Amino acid sequence: MTTLTLSKAINEGLRKALEDDPKVVVMGEDVGKLGGVFRVTDGLQKDFGESRVVDTPLAESGIVGTAIGLALRGYRPVCEIQFDGFVFPAFDQIVSQLAKMRMRSQGRAAVPVTIRIPFGGGIGAVEHHSESPEALFAHIAGLRVVACSGPADAYTMIQQSIRCEDPVIFFEPKRRYWDKADVDTTAGLDGALPLEVARTVAEGTDVTVLAYGPMVRTCVEAAVAAREDGRSLDVIDLRSLSPLDLAAIAASVRRTGRCVVVHEAPVTGGLGAELAARITEQCFYQLEAPVLRVGGFSTPYPPSRLEEHYLPDLDRVLDAVDRTFAY
Amino acid sequence: MAVDAGGAVTAPGSGSLDGQPDSRAELIQLLTPEGERADHPGYPLDLTTDEVKGLYRDLVIVRRIDTEAIALQRQGELGIWASLLGQEAAQVGSGRALSPRDMAFPTYREHGVAWCRGLDPVKLLELFRGVSHGGWDPADHNFHLYTIVIGAQTLHATGYAMGIQRDGLVGENGEAAIVYFGDGATSQGDVNEAFIWASVFNAPIVFFCQNNQWAISEPLERQSRIPLYQRASGFGFPGLRVDGNDVFACLAVTRKAMQAARDGQGPTLIEAYTYRMGAHTTTDDPTRYRLASELEAWKLKDPLERVKAYLVRTGSADAAFFEEVDAEAAQVGRHIRQACLQMPDPAPLSMFDNVYSEPTALLREERDAYAAYLDSFVTEEVAR
Repeated sequence: MTTLTLSKAINEGLRKALEDDPKVVVMGEDVGKLGGVFRVTDGLQKDFGESRVVDTPLAESGIVGTAIGLALRGYRPVCEIQFDGFVFPAFDQIVSQLAKMRMRSQGRAAVPVTIRIPFGGGIGAVEHHSESPEALFAHIAGLRVVACSGPADAYTMIQQSIRCEDPVIFFEPKRRYWDKADVDTTAGLDGALPLEVARTVAEGTDVTVLAYGPMVRTCVEAAVAAREDGRSLDVIDLRSLSPLDLAAIAASVRRTGRCVVVHEAPVTGGLGAELAARITEQCFYQLEAPVLRVGGFSTPYPPSRLEEHYLPDLDRVLDAVDRTFAY
Repeated sequence: MAVDAGGAVTAPGSGSLDGQPDSRAELIQLLTPEGERADHPGYPLDLTTDEVKGLYRDLVIVRRIDTEAIALQRQGELGIWASLLGQEAAQVGSGRALSPRDMAFPTYREHGVAWCRGLDPVKLLELFRGVSHGGWDPADHNFHLYTIVIGAQTLHATGYAMGIQRDGLVGENGEAAIVYFGDGATSQGDVNEAFIWASVFNAPIVFFCQNNQWAISEPLERQSRIPLYQRASGFGFPGLRVDGNDVFACLAVTRKAMQAARDGQGPTLIEAYTYRMGAHTTTDDPTRYRLASELEAWKLKDPLERVKAYLVRTGSADAAFFEEVDAEAAQVGRHIRQACLQMPDPAPLSMFDNVYSEPTALLREERDAYAAYLDSFVTEEVAR
């Protein structure tokens, strides 16, 4: 076991992928010499060379579009989009090309491209640097969407994403980049939890709390605090946002009868809405209360001096837990 | 502004295929509309009579495919068709310049290139009939799937060309990519980004722009204030304009640009100056936005007639040859008509296939539920 930050864990995962498969190419803005603005790709260009760790021109559509072409030629590109709010110039290539190539080709052309996106707020950044656009991608058939929450998962999930034959949008919780945990970098992927499977991170019996990415830590902390109030939270780290591990989610909600979904993204039209609908369909007779959602308001992401009001925190999670008992 | 031996007008400081100044006209032409052979020092082309006959055969068959497809659309057998009428020489000339290992990335109008790559034209109809979004394996003929979003494929081709570089297949025995797009596409960000990527990475790619003067209803003037080929100089690679209705010139220019790309000299932009003789697609009505006189002027520059005139003028072909080609084209027409009429609709549940490499639990569930729903009607009918 090695203690790694989440940022370093992804770095090690990328390094492993580059070592294991000569077709893996890391590409993006500033990923080479600089090592990425969050240093996630630090040292990779030095060790693997400029043709495998590519500093690209500053154009996101070009990054994803050329990655598709490289994939059609047999490569496995891993693109970095520098910040969540910068992915939109590439949205057309992701939605209209990357997601649809397999069906367009009737399964003949695979485009195993991984797109890494640091997402979420909490770092005091300027506009476009704190967004959570995951629901926009989860809505698109043909894409897999995942979010890691801690170093150990980050290390394996990035490798699994790169190996995946489907395009994967890989969300990294940027404010957790410096969180540390033990990571077994000697373990292979064979025994790892499959990419599309959720993980229970705190066991409980009273309320199911669904979270992913940066909110997992918040919800685990909420579970500790709730215990003092005599409430037991079953916290599930979804990990995969598309497809959703509905079997694991429904199994938990059937036991607890209550569910709170937590994400930084605006509640309106967010993943919580999809989860609430699925849970209602599958667990209607076990539900003691409506599925409640805790998330960003229906506003653009506010200036950073206000972000503590916008972002769900431990107290807002507990408030929602309290409200599920009011029914 | 300088003009190079390749006939390309280039802005100061930009390169050319030959890099030598010359004072030729900017439009590279090797066969006049009257069917007279023109020589060009930058683009020598020695074709045997059989090769010229082969190009003529291609042109006639490709036009016949187009005519047949339009008829099929009019008869309700295709949902839509994008006609290539008038652009046969640009497509056949460039298509015949490719080696089997080169990769072509088309728009949705490259039926002539498809023919040159060896694709059964029936496969093209799948998309326009609504049977599939792409009816062939790109690897079978190194001809990628039709891309409908304007210009998006230029980035795919550029990335593919970067893959060729990484495979070490630039230089001796090299490979290259060619990507097709139109005058309208040059306004797209993706096309400009592709120019930048190809340029800074020196990717082995040819950008083949068929300037057919119209982007649906919008004339070239709405896309550019300068000739399109001159855009290349701003990106740092050669651009040249070829008579897009001259199959000889399109062949010679594309051959040379592809070879330059394979050799490691990087990208070239070819502007094939042509005209969309038909509507944008079968849903379009060009009489609303352009003059009949323009069409009449371009009819005199027909890409087929000039090759026919050349063959007759040089005594290379007799009436029997032309009859033979017409008969073969008719046979191709019958083939695609018959195949189109016999093309079955896909099975409803096939829409759940190929969304992912393996179906997700959700997709399986939706598929099974819809299958049961469909079965419920069958059971009712049987019960009655």
